[in-house]
Amino acid sequence: MAVHKSHIKPSTSDRVFNIINHTLMIIIVIIMFYPLWYILCASMSDGKYAQNGSVLLFPVGWNFLGYKECFRTGKIWMGYLNTIIYTVCGTALGVFCSILAGYSLSRKDLPGGGIIMKLFVFTMYFGGGTIPYYIIIKNLGLLDTRLMMILQGTITVYNIILIRSYFVQSLPPDLKEAADIDGCNNTTFLFKIAIPLSKAIIAVVTLYLAVSYWNSYFWAMIFLRDESKAPLQIILRQILLVSSNASGDQNMDPQALAALNKMRETLKYAVIIVATIPIIAMYPFIQKYFVQGVMIGSIKG
Amino acid sequence: MAKSELQKTLKAKARKETKKNLKNNWILYIFLLPAVVYIAMFHYGPMYGLILAFKNYKGSLGILGSPWVGTRWFTTFFKSPLFSRLIRNTLVISFYQLIVGFPMPIILAIMLNYINNVFFKKFAQTLTYIPYFISTVILVSMMTLFFSPNSGFVNTIIKSLTGMKDGIYFMGTSKYFRHMYVWSGVWQGTGYSAVIYIAALAGVSMELHEAAIIDGASIWKRIWHIDIPSILPTIVILLVMQCGSIINVGYEKVLLMQNALNRDVSEVISTYVYNVSFPTDGSAPNYGYSTAIGLLNNVINFIILIIANTVANKLTGSGLW
Repeated sequence: MAVHKSHIKPSTSDRVFNIINHTLMIIIVIIMFYPLWYILCASMSDGKYAQNGSVLLFPVGWNFLGYKECFRTGKIWMGYLNTIIYTVCGTALGVFCSILAGYSLSRKDLPGGGIIMKLFVFTMYFGGGTIPYYIIIKNLGLLDTRLMMILQGTITVYNIILIRSYFVQSLPPDLKEAADIDGCNNTTFLFKIAIPLSKAIIAVVTLYLAVSYWNSYFWAMIFLRDESKAPLQIILRQILLVSSNASGDQNMDPQALAALNKMRETLKYAVIIVATIPIIAMYPFIQKYFVQGVMIGSIKG
Repeated sequence: MAKSELQKTLKAKARKETKKNLKNNWILYIFLLPAVVYIAMFHYGPMYGLILAFKNYKGSLGILGSPWVGTRWFTTFFKSPLFSRLIRNTLVISFYQLIVGFPMPIILAIMLNYINNVFFKKFAQTLTYIPYFISTVILVSMMTLFFSPNSGFVNTIIKSLTGMKDGIYFMGTSKYFRHMYVWSGVWQGTGYSAVIYIAALAGVSMELHEAAIIDGASIWKRIWHIDIPSILPTIVILLVMQCGSIINVGYEKVLLMQNALNRDVSEVISTYVYNVSFPTDGSAPNYGYSTAIGLLNNVINFIILIIANTVANKLTGSGLW
C-alpha cells in the first residue's frame, strides 16, 4: 500500500532500500518460522536423530512414536480435558459479564458510571499483589477448586474497556432514541440490537480470553494441589521442564533407559504440537476481527 | 440573585434527570453487578490484604487479628544482602527489554509497510504473530530443547562451525540468561505488538506520500518525515504503558527459566516474592515479608507510571490520561 504507483522512476537509494528491506524480511520470516518447523519435524522423527542433532530441515527416520506415546499418556488427556473445561466456561462467563458491564458503562445516562469506571481502571495500575490475593482466595475457600480455575482472570478491566469503547463508537445515540420510541427497553436493546452489531469486538475478547486460559499455568501452580484438576500447562511443565533433568531409575538396564530417553525426546516435541495446535487453529476464524480489536484497544479508555 | 435562582432550577432539573435515569435504567446496575462483585472481591480484596505488609501474619489469627509490626519487613528487606542485587537484576532486565523490545515492533511495522508484494506481506505478517499464541511453558521448553548442549540444534550448528567439542549450556549459564530472556521475548512478541503500528501506518494519508514522491523524497525521507510523525502518538502511549510496568518483569517466564546455576542474575523482585512465599525447601513462608516487598514493588511502579505519563503529556500532549 505504501509503495505508491507513480510515473516517477524509483531512485537508486529507493531501489537499495527495497532490496535490503525484502532481504531482511525474508530472514525475519525464516527466524520466526524455523523453530516451529523444527518442532514439527522433530516430532515426526526417530528419537535417536532428534537427540543427536541430525534433524535440521526435514524429519529423519520418519515415525509417529512420539504422538503414539502422547495419546497413550492418560495425564495429557486429563490435562486437556481440564483445560477445555476451564477455557470454555471461563471464556463464556467472561465474555458475557464483560459485555453486560461494558454496555452499562458505555451509557452516558448512567448515574455513577464514571466513578465505577475510575474504580475499575485504578485496578489496572495498582493491585494487592500475589500474597494478599492468595490469602483472599484461601479465606474464600476457593483454593484447590475447579471453580477458582474458571473464575481466575474471567473478568478483566481491559476487556470491559474494549467493549465499552466499541459500543461508544459504534452505537450512535440516535439508535437508542429510535429504539426508545419503538418501546424497546434496555435489555431488548442490548440483546437484539447492540450485541448483533458487535460481533467483531466479541470475537476479539473471546480470542484474548481463550488464549489466556489455554496458556495460563501460574495460578494453577499456586492454587491447585490435586493433580486430577491440573490444566494442560501444568502437565506440560512436568513433562517438558521438570522431568528433563531426571535420568530415570538407577537400576534400569541401560538399553531400556536409552530407549526411554529416546521416546521422551520425541514425546516432548509431539506434546508441544498437540498442545499448541488448538489455539493456533482458532486464529484464522477470528483474524479478520483481530486488527480492528487491537485498534480499539489502542484508544484510551 | 437571578443567577443563583437559575442555578437552583438547573440543579433541580439535573436531579430530576438523574432520578428519571435511575428509574429507567436500574437494569443497567444489575448488568454491572457481576463485574463490580468480581473487581471488589478479587482486586480490592487483595488491596485490603496489603495491611499484612505491616503485620506479622499468623494464619490462625487472620488478617485483622495478627499483631502489628510497623515497618519491620521493609527495614529487613532494605538491610538484606539480597536487596541491591534484586534491584540491579530487575532494572537491568527491564531496561534491556525496553531498549531492545520496544523499537522492534515499530521497525517491523515500517518494514512490512514497504513490502510491495501483497501476498508476501500478508504471509509475513501472519507468520510473525503466530509465536504470540505459544504459552510461556512451551516457549521456555523450546528454548531448553533448542539450546541444550547435547541435543539442541543451536549447539549442533555451533559445534560444526567452530569445531568445539562441548556445546554451550545457554540455559544454565548466568551470562546468557538476560540475552535468552530478552530475545525470546522479542521472537514471541514483536509480531503481535507490530499489529497496532501496522494499523496506525495504514491510516497515514496517501496524499502526503504522493506529494513527497513528486517532490523527490526518498523512502528513507518519507519514513522519517511522514510515517514516524504520524504514528508518534501511538508510540508515546505504548511507551508510557511500558514504563508503568518497568519493574514488573514477567515473573512467569523468569520462574520457568530459573535454576540454581543462573539464580544470581535471574532472581528479580517478583520471583523473590514468589520464592519467599512458596518455599520449596519446606521452611515456613513469611507472608508479611513478601507482601511488604510486593507492596514496595507496586508503589514504585505506580509512581513511575505517573511520572512517565506527566512527562509524555508535557512533551507531546498525549498520554494515558
